[in-house]
Amino acid sequence: MSATIALQPGALERHETPTTREPAWVKVLLIGIALTFFTVFLLFPLFAVFIEAFRKGWGTYLAALSSQDALAAIRLTLLTAAIAVPLNLVFGVAAAWSIAKFEFPGKRLLITLIDLPFSVSPVISGLIYVLLFGAQGWFGEWFAAHDIKILFAVPGIVLATVFVTFPFVARELIPLMEAQGSEEEEAAVVLGASGWQVFWHTTLPNIKWGLLYGVILCNARAMGEFGAVSVVSGHIRGMTNTMPLHVEILYNEYNYAAAFAVASLLALLAIVTLGLKTLVERQTRKQQTESLALENAS
Amino acid sequence: MSIAIRNISKHFGAFHALDDVSIDIPSGELVALLGPSGCGKTTLLRIIAGLESADAGRILLEGDDASDRHVRDRNVGFVFQHYALFRHMTVFENVAFGLRVKPRKFRPSENEIRKRVTRLLDLVQLGWLADRYPSQLSGGQRQRIALARALAVEPKVLLLDEPFGALDAKVRKELRRWLRQLHDEIHVTSVFVTHDQEEALEVSDRIVVMNKGGVEQIGSPDQVYDHPATPFVASFLGSVNLFHGRVEDGHLHVGEHALAVGAGQLATEKAVGFVRPHEFDVLPANAPGSGLPGKILRVIAIGPLAQVELLRPDGELLEVAILRDTLSVLGLREGDEVSLRPRNIRVFQNDNERLAA
Repeated sequence: MSATIALQPGALERHETPTTREPAWVKVLLIGIALTFFTVFLLFPLFAVFIEAFRKGWGTYLAALSSQDALAAIRLTLLTAAIAVPLNLVFGVAAAWSIAKFEFPGKRLLITLIDLPFSVSPVISGLIYVLLFGAQGWFGEWFAAHDIKILFAVPGIVLATVFVTFPFVARELIPLMEAQGSEEEEAAVVLGASGWQVFWHTTLPNIKWGLLYGVILCNARAMGEFGAVSVVSGHIRGMTNTMPLHVEILYNEYNYAAAFAVASLLALLAIVTLGLKTLVERQTRKQQTESLALENAS
Repeated sequence: MSIAIRNISKHFGAFHALDDVSIDIPSGELVALLGPSGCGKTTLLRIIAGLESADAGRILLEGDDASDRHVRDRNVGFVFQHYALFRHMTVFENVAFGLRVKPRKFRPSENEIRKRVTRLLDLVQLGWLADRYPSQLSGGQRQRIALARALAVEPKVLLLDEPFGALDAKVRKELRRWLRQLHDEIHVTSVFVTHDQEEALEVSDRIVVMNKGGVEQIGSPDQVYDHPATPFVASFLGSVNLFHGRVEDGHLHVGEHALAVGAGQLATEKAVGFVRPHEFDVLPANAPGSGLPGKILRVIAIGPLAQVELLRPDGELLEVAILRDTLSVLGLREGDEVSLRPRNIRVFQNDNERLAA
C-alpha cells in the first residue's frame, strides 16, 4: 500500500561483464514491456488529467478552482493534513522509538497493529468511526447529548485520515532505528545527556531523512484519501467535502472540466510529492552509504 | 575512584550471564576483565556503567552504593567497542558533547569548552582532525576520539569495552602501548574488557580472569600467568600442554613415566599437569635422567624461537618452544626422538579444584 520502491545502496553500481550478460533481445524485451506498461497505465492517464482539465481553456480551469465549493474543499483538505500529519509524526516517532529501542511484552502485536490501517479497506476504516460515533453508535448518544458533532463534520474526517495515514511514519522509522541500534544513544546518556537531549542530538539527526520521507508520504495520503473520508464526511458541499470528494461530486454531475481541474491539483500534489521523495531518497542513500563506510572501515 | 563489585548476578532468560561476582578495584588502577566470549565480562562492565541492571548485588563507587544511581550521575566514561561516535557531528563536537549537555549552571563557557576540547584532542594526538566527521577517520583514530570524548567530562572511572577489538594487529599494538602511557599520565581508574590475553597481560596492572559468569582468578599479569589458580586460567592464558595422570610421592605419573612435581604435592588419583611450551628442556633421547619421550613431527623455525610439534607415546600432540640456537646446537630435525624435561609443572586435581601452583 505504501507504494515506495527504495533502491538499495550499491544497487545502481552493479556492472555487467560479457560473461554474465543476457542476450540483447532479452534486455530489449524486458525494458520494452516495462516502458510500454508505464506509458499506457501511468503516464497516459496523468496527461489525460491535465488535458481534460484544460480542455475548455484557462478561464474555465481557474473558475472551477476558485468556486466557493472548490476553495472550501481545498481549505478542508489542507486543514485535515495540517492536523493529521503532525499527529502521526508524533505517534509514529513514539511508536518507532518504543519498538526499536525497548523490549516489552506485546511488541510483535504492536508491530502488526501498526500495519492494520494498510491491511483493511479504507471504507472499513471509515465504518469503524460510524460504528463508534454514529447516531446508533457506541458513543453516538453521549456526543449528541453534549452537542459535539464527530460524524459528518471536520473531527470525523480528521480522525479517519489519522487512522488511515498512521503507518507511514512508523513503518519508515522502525527498520531504520533498528538498524542503527542504540549505541550512540547509550554513549550520549553516559556523557550525561538527558532523555530529551539524547533524542534531539543523537536520535533525530540519524533518522531525519527517513522521518521526512515518512512525513511526505503521510501527507500525500492524507490529502488524497478518499474511501475512509467518504464514509464519515456526509458530502456536505462547502462544509465536509475534501478535494477527492469534491472531484467525485463534480464528476457525478457531469461537470468534467471542473472535476479534472480539481483532480489536476491532486495530480500536481502527487508529482511534487514524488519529486520531494526522490530528493529525500538521495539524501537517505547518501547517509546510508556513509554509515556503511563507517561500519566497513571499523 | 575505587570500584567495589558485590555479589552481582545477572540472567538473560535462562542464561546465567553473571553468577555472584565480587571484585574490588582500587583507585587509579588499570584492570582488565579477561575471558572468552560469553563469559559475562561485557555485561559486568555495562552493569558498572549502569547501562545494564543487575538482578542482584551492588556496585559501590568510592564506597558509596551506586546501584540505583542513573547512568548520567555515575560520572563514568564509557568507550564502546564500535566507538559509537555521533556520526553527524564533527570530531570537535563529538568531544565537546559531554560538556555541552551539562545543565546550564555547570556548563563551561564556550571559550572553556574550546580550550578543553583542544587539550583533549592534543592528548590523543589528533588535534588536526577536529573538523572531520567520524566517517572520514580510520578505526584507530575513531577509537582515540571515542576515548577523548569519554574523558571530556572528567570521569572518575573509565570503562572500555573491547577497545581494540575491531582494529588490525599493528594498530592494536600501537594503541595498547598508547593507552598504557595515557593511563600513567592521567591515572583514572580504568576497567577494560578483552578476550585477548596478550592485550590483558601487556596493558593492565591487574587481571580479572572470568569464565562462565564467574571470576576464576584476580591478580597481577605475572601472577595469573605464572601461578594460575585454576586449570581454566592455566589453559586460557597462553598455550599449554596437558598431562593427565596420578600424583604419588611428589611425582606426576603419566603412563609409565614420572615427572617430579615437588614433595608438597598432595597425592591424588586423578590429576592434570600443565606445562607451557617454553617450560621444557629438550634433550636427546638417550640423555641420562627421567623425562617424557617424544618424536618431533614438525619444526617451525621463525624468529628467535622455534616451535616444535611432538608426538607423545600416547598419541597426543605436544607443543614446545625452544631457542632456535639451542635447536641447532642439538642438531634436531623432524622425525628425531627426544626426551622432554619440564622445568615447571602446575598440577590440578582433575575435578577443577585447586591443588598447587
